[in-house]
Amino acid sequence: MPAIELHHVSKVYRRHGHRRQFATLKSALLTGSLVRHLQPDESFSALSDVSVTVPKGACYGVIGRNGSGKSTLLKIVAGITKPTSGSVRVGGRVSALIELGAGFHPEISGRENVFINGVMLGLSRREISDRFDEIVEFAELEDFIEAPVKTYSSGMYMRLGFAVATHVDPDVLLVDEVLAVGDEGFSLKCLDTFAEFKRRGKTILLVTHGLAMVERFCDEAVWLEAGQNRTTGDPKRVVQMYLADVEQAEDQHLAAEDAKAQQTLVTQAPPETVSEPVAESAAPARPEEASGGSTAEAAEVVEVVEVAEVAEVAEVAEEVEEAEDDAPPPDMFTAKSGRWGSGAVQIEKVTLEGDRGSAHVFHTGDPMTIRMRIRAARPVDDFAFGVSIFSTDGVCCYGTNTYIEEMESESLEGEAEVVFAIERLDLVEGTYKLDVAVHKRDGFSYDYHRLLYTFRVKSRTKDAGIYRPRHVWRFTDNVRFKEPDNRSDD
Amino acid sequence: MLSNLRQLFRYRGLIQILVVRDLKARYRGSVLGALWSFLNPLLLLLVYSFVFTVLFSRGEMVNIEPYAVFMFCGLLPWTWFSSSLSEGANALLIGGNLIKKVMFPAEILPVVAVLSNMVHFLFGLPILIGFLLFYAVPLQFSLFGVTIDRLALIRLPGLTELVWLPFIVVVQFILTLGFVMVLSALTVHFRDIKDLLANLLTLWFFATPIIYPMSAVPAGGKIFYDLNPFSHLAISYQEILFYDGPFGHWKWLLALAVGGAGLFLLGYWLFDRLRDSFADEV
Repeated sequence: MPAIELHHVSKVYRRHGHRRQFATLKSALLTGSLVRHLQPDESFSALSDVSVTVPKGACYGVIGRNGSGKSTLLKIVAGITKPTSGSVRVGGRVSALIELGAGFHPEISGRENVFINGVMLGLSRREISDRFDEIVEFAELEDFIEAPVKTYSSGMYMRLGFAVATHVDPDVLLVDEVLAVGDEGFSLKCLDTFAEFKRRGKTILLVTHGLAMVERFCDEAVWLEAGQNRTTGDPKRVVQMYLADVEQAEDQHLAAEDAKAQQTLVTQAPPETVSEPVAESAAPARPEEASGGSTAEAAEVVEVVEVAEVAEVAEVAEEVEEAEDDAPPPDMFTAKSGRWGSGAVQIEKVTLEGDRGSAHVFHTGDPMTIRMRIRAARPVDDFAFGVSIFSTDGVCCYGTNTYIEEMESESLEGEAEVVFAIERLDLVEGTYKLDVAVHKRDGFSYDYHRLLYTFRVKSRTKDAGIYRPRHVWRFTDNVRFKEPDNRSDD
Repeated sequence: MLSNLRQLFRYRGLIQILVVRDLKARYRGSVLGALWSFLNPLLLLLVYSFVFTVLFSRGEMVNIEPYAVFMFCGLLPWTWFSSSLSEGANALLIGGNLIKKVMFPAEILPVVAVLSNMVHFLFGLPILIGFLLFYAVPLQFSLFGVTIDRLALIRLPGLTELVWLPFIVVVQFILTLGFVMVLSALTVHFRDIKDLLANLLTLWFFATPIIYPMSAVPAGGKIFYDLNPFSHLAISYQEILFYDGPFGHWKWLLALAVGGAGLFLLGYWLFDRLRDSFADEV
């Protein structure tokens, strides 16, 4: 007979519109709508048609994003809240580690609270007396048990709550993300407790974001998504599917951000060549640039100034002025995200690609391709393409351009495509931002895209730093490691 | 509903431990500790006696001696009643953590509120008895040149009257619980009740023959007093403990017992109906 059986369980929470917040007793009485106000005016489905069967003695993991209904599921199993429809059957005594020490009264001593909490969880006073020393020892609170609970640190509070809840000797233990509390030593102790529960054939329902723990501890898992049962079964498979989905969602999120960045590109676009004849008249407006470049380049500068003078009120003008101020920025490493440049050559579109097409989430060691669509308004012979990768805290992980790599520019005209292909993206897990640019050899920007593109690198190894060199460990024969039990690594 | 009521009985161990916790926690950290259970009603009595014997003249209508004892007969149960109502109405909100995080029978919380206030009431009874004894014996002594010589002002209640006392307490308990069940369940949904209630209780206090006797009520207003359930309780306490003669109000008390039981069942039914919403709304 299964320990927990949820049969087509749905839970609908009533959600009140803002109208309801002001509709208090007075208005309810005045308008005679008291009964109507007890009816929901908007409902929110926390769980819909979830069926879960947990066999006796199993450790069952529940994973899912925030707000996917995990805690609601747990509360329904615990009997704290009733399902709107469907049936729940739980065999044996249940102890829920939902909020540790929820029933503690701050003013009275730890000892008295242990008794009260124990009675609340269904023990008799005699049973608590028998286990009292064990509980205190487990909580490591021998010296403080007579002190009022309000003097406890939060760790002590949690430890006592955990100790009482697990010493109730439940047949079914419900755990909601409680291992996050307590120091390392206590966390290990909690894990030991769970392992012992398993050994003794008790059933554990574990709600957690610790996917590694689900893989290691659980015999089965369910993945909830927006209150629905996405998949059940082998924890490794469920976790993998969940991770894949999380990545996909991240990818979509980054893609949306990218789309937003592209949108700003449209409004921020460097000025096109507006007035060809004026350009030809070629007055040296910016001596520092004019002295360095050819006459053609000087003409471009004039164009910029021209536009700025003509349309000062227009937003475009502001952008250009900004561009003027920013180009070249005093220090490209401190500049915020944005776009600047003369616009003679433009980067029209930037796409990131993995081994399966456009992507924003990569795994360490994956290939990555940065594809840029370039358009030159006029043929140019002085140009360089650059790419830099930054971490979110602003560290430049890598930066290069064609000029540094000793490629002499000869000619560029019309539409072109530039591909920067990274064979292995050996970065550690994290979020990274990308600069792409096309500029002159001396650094004068045609089009500079500063931190406009974001991608994420994922890794199953929690290594530190920025760069992961490809590596192997070698040992002599007298150094041995255990076979990895069921942990996988890619 | 009936099976839930039976469960309430099953949880008596938990109720007991929570009442004890309430009492312990209330005075924890104060110098006088549990002594406050005695001191509070005593001080309350002093305040009211001072106000109504020294500050205000009670007039001809209220010519009762000793006034303090008379007033205490009604004031002590009233304190139990009003504190239970105001605490009980909030009980579910204050104990929200229990309802939301632990599998916990919600009706225990209002029951505990009524019971722990009943314990305070019971602690106050010895003071009332002390007063009764003090005024029931003639005093004749001299101290520091002041001579006090007075006759016994009252007679102690007879046994035939006193047997009614536990019954009155039980009736009051059931009636109070009925009110508290309704209030606590509704307060979860309408938070204004607790503010409304505080003022309503003040009005209720003055509309009940506690600081004045029923005989001072003009004939035209009597109907309102008959409809006020607490007047019958107050009159019962006064007749039994203070006034001489047989307990004449027993018919009203029996009616109130029936009405109180009805209110309790109604209150529990309402509570049971709204039970499932507590964990979501608190």
